[in-house]
Amino acid sequence: MIGEWLAGLIAAFARGLTGATVQWVDCRPAATQRVYFANHTSHLDFAVLWSVLPRELRSLVRPVAAKDYWSSGFRKELAVNVFHAVLIERRARQTKDKSAEHDSAQQPAAERSPVEHSLIEHAMDDLLQALGEKNSLIIFPEGTRGTGEVIAPFKSGIYHLWRHRPDVEFVPVYLANLNRVLPKGEFLPIPIISRVIFGPPLQLEAHESKESFIRKAHQAICTLRDL
Amino acid sequence: MIAKLDHQMLWIFAALLAVLLVSSIIGFILSRTAQSEGGKATVKNLNARIIAWWKMCGIFALTLLIRPHGSILLFALISFLALREYISLIRTTRADHNTLFWSFFVITPLQYWLLYIHWYGLFVALIPVYAFLFIPLRLVLEGDTSGFLDRAARIHWGLMICVYCISYAPALVILDIPGHSQDPKLLLFLVIVVQLSDVFQYVWGKMLGKSKIAPHVSPNKTWEGFVGGILCATAVGTGLWWMTPFSRLQACAMSLLITLLGFAGGLVMSAIKRDRSVKDFGSTIEGHGGILDRLDSVCFSAPIFFHLTRFFFT
Repeated sequence: MIGEWLAGLIAAFARGLTGATVQWVDCRPAATQRVYFANHTSHLDFAVLWSVLPRELRSLVRPVAAKDYWSSGFRKELAVNVFHAVLIERRARQTKDKSAEHDSAQQPAAERSPVEHSLIEHAMDDLLQALGEKNSLIIFPEGTRGTGEVIAPFKSGIYHLWRHRPDVEFVPVYLANLNRVLPKGEFLPIPIISRVIFGPPLQLEAHESKESFIRKAHQAICTLRDL
Repeated sequence: MIAKLDHQMLWIFAALLAVLLVSSIIGFILSRTAQSEGGKATVKNLNARIIAWWKMCGIFALTLLIRPHGSILLFALISFLALREYISLIRTTRADHNTLFWSFFVITPLQYWLLYIHWYGLFVALIPVYAFLFIPLRLVLEGDTSGFLDRAARIHWGLMICVYCISYAPALVILDIPGHSQDPKLLLFLVIVVQLSDVFQYVWGKMLGKSKIAPHVSPNKTWEGFVGGILCATAVGTGLWWMTPFSRLQACAMSLLITLLGFAGGLVMSAIKRDRSVKDFGSTIEGHGGILDRLDSVCFSAPIFFHLTRFFFT
């Protein structure tokens, strides 16, 4: 109850500060099961995206966040109890350096270490469970916050999620200017007018390859950016 | 502290109400008679503007009654939102972040707090002197020197226009004029003349506008709108001499000056919008665009009007 109230308060603050305007391009708000995937530049990304959804949809939409970052103290309180976030293990951070992290997305499953493989399976189980029969998810397939200049290559998790649940709509969302409100590494937000643009759900073939899926998803966000 | 409603204020409010009612009726009739697609769009925008005028007049009138703090609070909020529109539109970099935080959350409130405590000396110097020196200093501490002068100038210019210039409007309320001490009617006079000038320019431009006055800067501004608007607004301003410390002739000269400065403000702010390839600064006020689109004329007229009045009448 207090969590719900606090979530509303944080969302209202984020929306008030950024005066966020929302645009639905060939897409309508609906209670159908969806995966909203967006570019990621700021801690406020999720709160703003969530706050522009119609009130009745908000309780059905859960953010996906990295367990290593959000699972201690106040952050955990905020993520788990207030926003009902799904916390997942980022891929093998302990064993790989940053450059290798990108490459691992391209490796066939057989070349992955057993530990890593089980991590992915575990994360996917959590996501599928969170999605359930009626929920939607918000994911940031870049995996980490960028500077806002370019949209980084997507991790492959979003593709595997689609393979497990092809019935769910994958809706691209472009978040403009949030990198200026609260950039990575800053604690104090400044008021900059931001925009949230929802695009049409991805049109996919039944046997879309991973490369093609990732390309389409990335392109969908870039298209919204260049509108 | 609610002000006693004097007879003059009552008359002005009644007149404003009448003007709004008449324009709403005209807007309604036009919406029934418009035929062409272009005409319908214009009338739709006109009616959105009229509805927004109702709201703006309501809020402004209410805050005038809570004097002098109501106006100070209202314009502080307006400055904050105007600065947000301006900063959102221009290019800023990551290294500007902390300086912008200071601008929004320290310098802007401080400027209005100085008004609140009537510290005139610092009020006129805070942004032109102290903020002017502080901004480049805070920027240089970030260690990023690329485009340094551009960045410092952009931020300072925004503070000057959106905060410093706009804060002169509520400053009128704290002017010590013999017989008009702390009188909100001077602020009311400025806002009525400036905004009516915009409205008359729009109306004359829509009805008779042919020859463009600055086609590259502001394609909607015409000579017909300019002359008709300035003359009508000056006439109304002259007719309102009784609510000011001015004689009829002085009120006429002041009104003319205010309207000309207002036009200049509109032109300058349009140049910024064209440079950034946008039509409006924002979408806060339906039909009008952003707060800065509505207040561009006040930015230019308020400081000059304030200083002239202060110089000659206090």
